Amino acid sequence: MKRRFILKFKRNTIDKPIVYKLAKDYHLVFNILRANISPKADSMMVLEIEGDEGDFRKGLEYLKGMNLDVEPIEQDVKRDEEKCVHCGVCASVCPPNALYVNKETYRVDFDYERCVACEHCVKVCPVKAIHVYFD
Amino acid sequence: MKTIDEINEKIKSGKVVVVTAEEMVEIAKEKGMKKAAEYVDVVTTGTFGPMCSSGMFMNLGHSKPRIKIGGGKCLLNDVPAYCGIAAVDIYLGATSIPDDDPRNMVYPGEFKYGGGHVIEEFIRGKDIRLVAYGYGTDCYPNKRIETYINKENVNEAYLYNPRNSYQNYNVAVNLSNRILYTYMGILKPRLQSANYCSAGQLSPLLKDPKYRTIGIGTRIFLGGGIGYVAWNGTQHNPDVLRSEDGLPRAGAGTIATIGDAKQMDSKFVRGASFIGYGVSLFIGLGIPIPVLDEEMAYYTSRSDEDFYAQVVDYSNDYPNRIPKSLGEVNYAQLRSGKINLAGTEIPAFPISSYSKAREIASILKAWIKEGSFLLTNPVAPIPGVGSGIKMNTLEERVPDILFTGETE
Ligand code: SF4
Ligand code: SF4
Repeated sequence: MKRRFILKFKRNTIDKPIVYKLAKDYHLVFNILRANISPKADSMMVLEIEGDEGDFRKGLEYLKGMNLDVEPIEQDVKRDEEKCVHCGVCASVCPPNALYVNKETYRVDFDYERCVACEHCVKVCPVKAIHVYFD
Repeated sequence: MKTIDEINEKIKSGKVVVVTAEEMVEIAKEKGMKKAAEYVDVVTTGTFGPMCSSGMFMNLGHSKPRIKIGGGKCLLNDVPAYCGIAAVDIYLGATSIPDDDPRNMVYPGEFKYGGGHVIEEFIRGKDIRLVAYGYGTDCYPNKRIETYINKENVNEAYLYNPRNSYQNYNVAVNLSNRILYTYMGILKPRLQSANYCSAGQLSPLLKDPKYRTIGIGTRIFLGGGIGYVAWNGTQHNPDVLRSEDGLPRAGAGTIATIGDAKQMDSKFVRGASFIGYGVSLFIGLGIPIPVLDEEMAYYTSRSDEDFYAQVVDYSNDYPNRIPKSLGEVNYAQLRSGKINLAGTEIPAFPISSYSKAREIASILKAWIKEGSFLLTNPVAPIPGVGSGIKMNTLEERVPDILFTGETE
């Protein structure tokens, strides 16, 4: 299975070789989609993790035990459906096409699975319908 | 041949056949023009896009003691409103922004809040903070007032939009090497994106391309309530390049619209922040078009394939007013998500909402069906094709002689 997570590091966990452990001890394939690491403040990383189900679950448990917040991406990148007017402005800046115009309804659909939490859409949405919660 | 009065009789007796502009495309294909003209009475249209040339007039009522805000200064949630009119009449424009907004100082600016947002909140029924200054007169002694207004406690509040519902528009691209932040959204460098802003086959003025039925006084759907066409819009330019059958191939006609803000719905009037550009207002607008004869059946049934728009460079040509088109594309291509410009494939994105345009056309259809919305004969036409209108430009000019030094 494959899923995307946002990892939030407390200041004191940043120096631990977390990603290395995921690969070595739990045989998980990972892809770092975005990282915002700072020794002075809390840091975040957007990670795509892939592996078989048992390893996947154990890997997640390990992460949760490491004093990190691990959240599936759809919990952190949210669109306010009441606010969205389906204009399409965000679709033009979304690198992985997670936001795209549905060719039947012509509404702008949001495929969380593809999102890399880059926040481009957050900045350009004219009605500020999209929020990324990193803290 | 039918008249608008005959159609209204049908609406009143519940016998009217009303379809949306999308449905009309199919009906005409199936039945042919003659039968479609006999069968369909009204075609409803819709559009929902950012329309900067919009704003709201208000009469605030008089304070005790009275204040003459006219000629003074007036802020609504810190956003300046125009008050160079009578004592307590003001006009809040969609693009107005607070004096302390950083604008594009840190580029691209965010333009988080402005006139468009105040108008949306007002329509939602929220309290708006009013701070106003007058200079004080014998009849209006008060010099400063601070209070809250809302749609219950002002007298009139109506949108008056000098230019809405553009009949067709540019497709914006960027030939330069840097990202552009424009009123057409974000334009990626080196032709990596093309943005367009028209509901195409649902767009009101495209479906009555020669303004046969839309004129001054036409009743319309405006912002979720009922509005009217007040005049032709600013920059109304009917004599642009047209197809042989009369469809405009570039931004052409516009309308000025008016409607009671108190009856509008914030679902169809939404403040908008365009990064690096400014504040605007999304407005939903729809116009019913009577199918008077075969010609109107023909026009109301034109589809996205029939409507062409010009591709314009916004890095150099548009800002410098160079009237150049990089090519033509139709709305079917745009709506497919890709256009082809001289062999280059460019991803295309809308900045106006086709799904909302659809919703508006359906609401208007329902209103007409249930008999709550009657059509109108225009009181007077707006200038049509061949009217000879030319767009004037603004040329900079300085006085030849700044100071002559003598008087006779
Ligand atoms: S830019 Fe905002 S309002 Fe427009 S489609 Fe995207 S999320 Fe919706
Ligand atoms: S944060 Fe927004 S722009 Fe970035 S990938 Fe996710 S949906 Fe797309």
